[in-house]
Amino acid sequence: MNGRHFKGTTQVTKIIFRAQRIKICAWILGIVLVTLAVAYSYPNVYQDDVSKKGFAITMQNPAMVAMLGPGYDEADYFVTVGTQFAHEMLLFTIIAVAVMSILLVGSSTRTDEETGRIEVVRSLPVGRLSYLAASLIVVAIANFLITLFCSIGLYLLNIDGITLQSALLYGGILGVGGLFFGIITALFAQVSPTSRGTTGLSFGVLVVAYLVRAFGDVTSETIAFASPLGWLVRTDVFINNNWWPILLTTLFSVIISFFAFYLNSIRDIDAGFLPSMKGKTHASKFLMTVFGLAFRLQKVKMLSWGVGIFALSASFGAVLGDLETYFSEMEFLQLFFNEQSKVSMTDNFISLLMAIMSLIVAIPVTMTILKLKSEETHNRTENFFSRVISRNHVLSSYTLLAVLESIYLQFLLAIGLWVASSVSLQVAMKSSFIYLPALWLMISLSVMLYGAVPKIMNLIWIYVAFCFIVIYLSEMLNFPLWLRNVSAFESIPNLPAAGMSWSAIIVEFILTIAFSLIGFVSYNRRDLKG
Amino acid sequence: MNVVDVNELTKKFGKFVALDRINLCIKEGEIYGFIGPNGAGKSTTIRVLLGMLRPTSGEAKIFGKDVWKNAVDIHKQIAYVPGDANLWPNLTGGEVIDIFLKMRGSGSQSKRNELIERFKLDPSKKCKEYSKGNRQKIALISAFASDAQMFILDEPTSGLDPLMERIFQECVLEAKEQGKSVLLSSHILSEVEKLCEKISIIREGKIIETGTLTQMRHLTRTNLTVQTKKPIESLALKGVFNLVKQNNDLTFQVDSEEIDGVIRYISDYGILKLESVPPTLEDLFMRHYEGVDGNSTGGESQ
Ligand SMILES: Nc1ncnc2c1ncn2[C@@H]1O[C@H](COP(=O)(O)OP(=O)(O)O)[C@@H](O)[C@H]1O
Ligand SMILES: [Mg+2]
Repeated sequence: MNGRHFKGTTQVTKIIFRAQRIKICAWILGIVLVTLAVAYSYPNVYQDDVSKKGFAITMQNPAMVAMLGPGYDEADYFVTVGTQFAHEMLLFTIIAVAVMSILLVGSSTRTDEETGRIEVVRSLPVGRLSYLAASLIVVAIANFLITLFCSIGLYLLNIDGITLQSALLYGGILGVGGLFFGIITALFAQVSPTSRGTTGLSFGVLVVAYLVRAFGDVTSETIAFASPLGWLVRTDVFINNNWWPILLTTLFSVIISFFAFYLNSIRDIDAGFLPSMKGKTHASKFLMTVFGLAFRLQKVKMLSWGVGIFALSASFGAVLGDLETYFSEMEFLQLFFNEQSKVSMTDNFISLLMAIMSLIVAIPVTMTILKLKSEETHNRTENFFSRVISRNHVLSSYTLLAVLESIYLQFLLAIGLWVASSVSLQVAMKSSFIYLPALWLMISLSVMLYGAVPKIMNLIWIYVAFCFIVIYLSEMLNFPLWLRNVSAFESIPNLPAAGMSWSAIIVEFILTIAFSLIGFVSYNRRDLKG
Repeated sequence: MNVVDVNELTKKFGKFVALDRINLCIKEGEIYGFIGPNGAGKSTTIRVLLGMLRPTSGEAKIFGKDVWKNAVDIHKQIAYVPGDANLWPNLTGGEVIDIFLKMRGSGSQSKRNELIERFKLDPSKKCKEYSKGNRQKIALISAFASDAQMFILDEPTSGLDPLMERIFQECVLEAKEQGKSVLLSSHILSEVEKLCEKISIIREGKIIETGTLTQMRHLTRTNLTVQTKKPIESLALKGVFNLVKQNNDLTFQVDSEEIDGVIRYISDYGILKLESVPPTLEDLFMRHYEGVDGNSTGGESQ
């Protein structure tokens, strides 16, 4: 690789930065604000020793370890609230930063190549590798800013036990972890000939890294070391502050980025190293319907999400058994909880799992409606309307597809839990399908935005992010009840931990119908872009 | 001096041969037409010339330098316009033009403004709000505002209306007057005909004809529609094809070198109406392959 290949990188960096600035700012703002808000409120959450001990025991149970990482020795939870904060927040924040990086790198590498932007830039006097270099510089800057703001913010919050060094380590883990997955994406952008393939494979690696770590954290540390997430949750930040995971991740990042640059330098533009799938020459009868076409466009996505949801849910199901043994062995717990609430620890975990997983299901389901918008902006819906297909027909086909997708994914979620644990099929189904009204509310909200104000449709993601924050952090952030209830997932009864109640479900149904109506009516009235 | 020199260039995608030992040679100050139907290999050739695809065998040089190894140097003197310019959705047209000019490190602001005026572009809109034709204008403006020595244009007029197409043609001719070279690819023969003195025809990865348009007269065929006072019963002349009689109109194709004789013959019947349509690329191919197969047939009333 020679220096000339990088000529013009600075200027390309500026272009990419300008093209992505809004996304970058939104991600950084969201991640930093949530991190600091949670850290700020932590010192008031578990104040006395009994509740600290309760927290330590809950967090060290196998299900929680699988979900959030190995955490600390019990004594460490008494040393500083930093440990509680890190155990609860670190892994999921790394994942959020990784998602940001995957999306940023994906859209400034393969997507820009697919749309021909890289071709135009490469016809200018710039080096062959400048675009890839620039896109990595941009994602590195974004991750650096997250590191910087989180570290300085944590330090300035002046929390007992959070030193400058440990704050820097915490921020560093986020930045280095995010950058690692950005670089993985850069590698897949060389290998896969499509942008969907690039982000799909990268998310695949993220999910596998998470599962390997979960499995390793619960069974054997050696296995956890096979996953970069396994390294990053082993810094003992705020206690021993080990920096080796940072160095190790950086080392791998450097090696992988060299490899990505090498592949980029030897390949043709628009080409990859994986074969692109050949399509069929003729459309089947099914494909010639609007619904069939919508389904065809979503098929690979639905399959891969199905696999991911099933794998995650089965993995958590697998640790549920351990959870029960763990609690029955705990003498402290015998004092702390009575016999009945011991059972409900498992139930509680199922409820929490279902709430989080259902929210994850909301992502692909929302994407299905968003797909219709991208079809419109790429002037593909014209093909329908210039024929004799009504707008209602198009929108309802996509809505139906999203509804079926939600049922299909919730079904796999229940089955995953059921096959891997001793939970009965009935309980698994009930606790999973109870979230369907919330998912449908999400669909109707997307339909409404698409019908009435398609320009700001992407704001739906802010709502999704808000729902995550409510599930995960509303206790800590002391959200008032009305604010929590803004999340469609919050008022759904927590089966099996809590009993069934119909009131919230009925309200959500009514809202769903109202939003859908608004969506359909405005869609029929507004101008189409194409 | 040859600006572009392509020698026995072959490009394979896996087993598929996209370019099969093609030769091209463009002289300084020449407008060179490169025509062929969709999928013939025009864009592939151009992307090899731009150093984005690596040749499987053969060589390609611009300004005497190897296009793959010296891409950066060559691109300082080149302006490229793709057939479908997809730009960054949230940058404005004006921003994109400025960025390209700056990155190329040449070109003038006054030329930029003049071109924006001529192409009637609103530079303050975001790229996602432009129609295809307007995005095309952005690419054209940033190319013609540069002071590149060579223009590589890949079906650049797709999406432009006829008025803008005229302005595009003016720009190309102005570039030629300044001694610059142009490679213009297209699948529309008439467009190339207006501008180019020399053309190459590519089909299925092979160059099947190269030469000046006059040299290719033997390949072109004009479509004529005539109405005469006295009805023409039969037109069994040399070089007349696809005769169709409809009401009083007679439509047929004539080989370009036979037009003179045919018109003389028809005028005896008293011409009321005479319309001619220039030959399309398809007509040209038809003649080429008839020539190759050697089974040309005279016109018969159908
Ligand atoms: N990256 C690629 N991989 C495989 N085949 C390709 C690739 N790029 C182009 N082709 C094929 O090469 C042929 C020539 O394409 P192209 O040069 O784009 O034609 P055109 O003359 O329309 O510009 C087409 O059959 C096309 O399918
Ligand atoms: Mg082409």
